[in-house]
Amino acid sequence: MFELLGIPPQALFGQLLLGLINGSFYALLSLGLAVIFGLLNIINFAHGAQYMMGAFLAWMLMTYFGIGYWWALLLVPIAVGASGVVIERLMISRLYHLDHLYGLLLTFGLALIIQGLFRNQYGVSGLPYTIPAELSGGTNLGFMFLPNYRGWVVLASLVVCLGTWFTIEKTKLGAYLRAATENPTLVGAFGINVPRMITLTYGFGVGLAALAGVLAAPIYSVNPNMGADLIIVVFAVVVIGGMGSILGAIVTGFGLGIIEGLTRVFYPEGSAVVIFVIMALVLLVKPAGLFGRTV
Amino acid sequence: MVEAAPLIRPEAGTAELAVRDLHGWYDESHVLHGINFDVRPGEVVTLLGRNGAGKTTTLKAIMGILSKRTGSVRFMGRELIGLPARAIARAGIAFCPEERGIFSSLSVEENLMLPPTIRDGGLSRDDVLGIFPNLRERLQSQGTKLSGGEQQMLAIGRILRTGAKFLLLDEPTEGLAPVIVQQIGATLRTLKQRGFTIVLVEQNFHFAASVADRHYVVEQGRVIDEISDAELAANTEKLHAYLGV
Repeated sequence: MFELLGIPPQALFGQLLLGLINGSFYALLSLGLAVIFGLLNIINFAHGAQYMMGAFLAWMLMTYFGIGYWWALLLVPIAVGASGVVIERLMISRLYHLDHLYGLLLTFGLALIIQGLFRNQYGVSGLPYTIPAELSGGTNLGFMFLPNYRGWVVLASLVVCLGTWFTIEKTKLGAYLRAATENPTLVGAFGINVPRMITLTYGFGVGLAALAGVLAAPIYSVNPNMGADLIIVVFAVVVIGGMGSILGAIVTGFGLGIIEGLTRVFYPEGSAVVIFVIMALVLLVKPAGLFGRTV
Repeated sequence: MVEAAPLIRPEAGTAELAVRDLHGWYDESHVLHGINFDVRPGEVVTLLGRNGAGKTTTLKAIMGILSKRTGSVRFMGRELIGLPARAIARAGIAFCPEERGIFSSLSVEENLMLPPTIRDGGLSRDDVLGIFPNLRERLQSQGTKLSGGEQQMLAIGRILRTGAKFLLLDEPTEGLAPVIVQQIGATLRTLKQRGFTIVLVEQNFHFAASVADRHYVVEQGRVIDEISDAELAANTEKLHAYLGV
């Protein structure tokens, strides 16, 4: 095997894989944020809490009802997405005529409440969630050992991201969404129920966060702060990619995960801040983000 | 070209749209002060008036885009005041805004196919492209990459597909070259033959005269006069005074 700048390939590929895994979560979460921001013009600060809810709900289904991972993958996003629908109808929808800041404050408050409730109930030590039997073990790729579950996470995230991108950019439903993002009044005057579309879009974005939470449960420990830790990085990803850009969220999510992984190999001290350094640079050069529409 | 559809109308002879004492507000500013007018089935009616007279606001109030409005807008016997815009669209009124409202994140084709069909009897996609052949070569372009005239054709064309036979057109000729204005005029006459009813807001009086059956003059949020196309020649001076031309 070759050596790159004195770095053993196992370490390089190992960190690349770790970067790709983190990138999978960055992409899924920033995608949901981008979809929500595009149509609702609201920065959903509850996103991290909803991701955490997804992981917890998967754990609860397993612990209290014996319902396994695969069912959780289907049921949890629906359930958490439905809670998002209720939140949008009851609370967020009352704020659209106000400054965007109010939406941010509301969702931030919700995040604190949700996290507080879970912390109160389950503590912060973290709960284990076992990898489903079908995906335990690993595969030797010759140059590295790939744990099957991690490969699955990357694959699942890619499929969901590309599916979402395709739906928004290439289908009739997506055309409604893009049009309503640009000019909701006119889309309503064509006879389309824009408020319902907004509600369902929020539910979908929240569902994506919950899906990421289920995928994360067997990798990271399930604890009430798991979302809060991650969401700060994800917001940086969204800023770098460009607010509201779907493709930007996906590409930047995976890209920054990989860059973070590489930094851990070549300059470990910088790995915790590299994303924020990139964010600062991008904001200096291209304030709308790499894929953002200049407003 | 398109075949002329048989003209079948309920309540022929009575008003299809009856606007009574329509008041409208932008925030706290009172813009419409009791608009009254009728539109009969199959007519082309214009709202003429100076800038800021309340013509566009009248269309927005009818369409339900202006949220604060009072009075009565009856369409085919049904009261529309208080309904949201989407319900008014579903009742059979289609709106083409002054700024045209072409979506930049949608292709020409997507723009054309965006408004949902609310009932049978709308033009097919091919009918629309038959009327506006320029659009056919540009279907894959970004909507806002079209020229102003093509965007106007797209904005009119896409609402013809929906099955709505009552059109509100806000200044379709604004800023367009004379040859395009003529083409749009010919299109409106074709639509009238096909049984569409059209309310047209216009600044271009000559264009209005070439397509409309009747004209309402709007000033300071009220309809102050009604002139049929036949009386137009005799009233030119009065009209010029109204419009300040």
